[in-house]
Amino acid sequence: MQRFSMLSLLRAGLSGHRDWQPQWRRASPRSAYDAVIVGGGGHGLGTAYYLAKEHRLGSIAVLEKGWIGGGNTGRNTTIIRSNYLFHESAALYDHALQLWPELSQALNYNVMFSPRGVLMLAHTEHDAQVFKRHVHANRASGVDNQWLTPQQAREFCPPLNIGDIRYPVLGAALQRRGGTARHDAVAWGYARAADALGVDIIENCEVTGIRRDSAGAVSAVETTRGTIRTPKVGVVAAGHTSTIMRMADVHLPLESYPLQALVSEPVKPVFPCVVMSNTIHAYISQSDKGELVIGAGTDAYTSYTQRGGLHISAHALEAICELFPMFRRMRMLRNWGGIVDVTPDRSPIIARTPISGLYVNCGWGTGGFKATPGSAHVFAWTMARDAPHPINAPFTIERFRDGHLIDEAAAAAVAH
Amino acid sequence: MLLIPCPYCGARPELEFVYAGQAHIERPQNPAEVPAQAWADYLYRRDNIRGLHAERWRHTHGCGRFFNALRDTSTDQFRASYPAGQPRPSLPLASGATVPP
Repeated sequence: MQRFSMLSLLRAGLSGHRDWQPQWRRASPRSAYDAVIVGGGGHGLGTAYYLAKEHRLGSIAVLEKGWIGGGNTGRNTTIIRSNYLFHESAALYDHALQLWPELSQALNYNVMFSPRGVLMLAHTEHDAQVFKRHVHANRASGVDNQWLTPQQAREFCPPLNIGDIRYPVLGAALQRRGGTARHDAVAWGYARAADALGVDIIENCEVTGIRRDSAGAVSAVETTRGTIRTPKVGVVAAGHTSTIMRMADVHLPLESYPLQALVSEPVKPVFPCVVMSNTIHAYISQSDKGELVIGAGTDAYTSYTQRGGLHISAHALEAICELFPMFRRMRMLRNWGGIVDVTPDRSPIIARTPISGLYVNCGWGTGGFKATPGSAHVFAWTMARDAPHPINAPFTIERFRDGHLIDEAAAAAVAH
Repeated sequence: MLLIPCPYCGARPELEFVYAGQAHIERPQNPAEVPAQAWADYLYRRDNIRGLHAERWRHTHGCGRFFNALRDTSTDQFRASYPAGQPRPSLPLASGATVPP
């Protein structure tokens, strides 16, 4: 691996940047691996990286049916925060938030983590009460979160219109450590670092079956590029998890919905932070390229089309125009959908399955990007030791049977 | 936006409807007597099919009635709609075979 440093950049600059090598090998599948990860998004690549780096597992492959980072990793709105209500969730998301600031150094790849602050707006008395409850719960968990008055919110985010709208801003919860990161760079950085540790990253390789031995344990995966023997399979396939897990007769409480996002034409830096409004439903930040990155809500129905209805995007834009009148004449360049796997309690599943050797990391719904390093880290632990890390121990499949839901959906106006 | 075939009113825009999840899920007759896993399956387990999906819709801003529809979740194309309470219809395929219910 060519390491990036001031010296290597200078040297490459002097030779016209012609000598850069590909960031990872174009691997072909071998006949057997010690572990196979299904899904080459940020969570899957990160899992392979931590399996190789921290658990010294021998041979590892990441199978991706498309290209690296072409799924939800490249389709999300890159918001990072950890101010979830329950202790279990706050611990999980804050584990990630503690890894984010060091990630660029650890991977020797600039993921452009920018803790610019995440402002969550309250528009109703109920919102205000719920967010204040969040603030108190977070502070009890050691997670930073603070309550701002409308005026303080506007001082933090000057373009914000707090009064002259249908649902005036009554206050806001601010997590200063939250922010954004470059989503592609997260996938590429993990891919490059994992590759340097010997992980085979195999693109255009779709899993078509999961084989089990006479004892019922996982023995191989069948793919469009041949059968690969392995005793450990980690499924990190986001919206397509149900389809993969059905190959091993494991049925999960998941439903896959389209979630849409948009970007505007690029403009000069005008927007200092991330703003989320759950009540009138829009998220916005400005990328380092200058585009406004805007997130909408999920469509009403389950689907695998990666599209979704235009009225959902239009609704998000109406909210943006009310909150930020200066954006009313901005033009949108692209909109798209990703397929998100949603659990009944809106918390992920990071767990062993009833099948020996089969592990699953799914159910991140509409908010998985923020958790990428933490999710990958604890999932690698779970796969390597065949036992959950204390942080992901509550996030089992069995919690739906046993009633131990981590009910972020109903208890909170948390956007997902 | 979907154009949804209400079996009572004909094709209408999605905004008139509310989605109500997978169809043909039966509530156990005696919840107190079924095992925990069976109750969890009733509450939470969904097929989440990529392909033909039987689902409930309610024409809230129309006739107000619930009905079921078959939609291909890989294209969002509706293939059939039918009143609630009727069994899932079989669909003819191009090959002459039928999609079993």
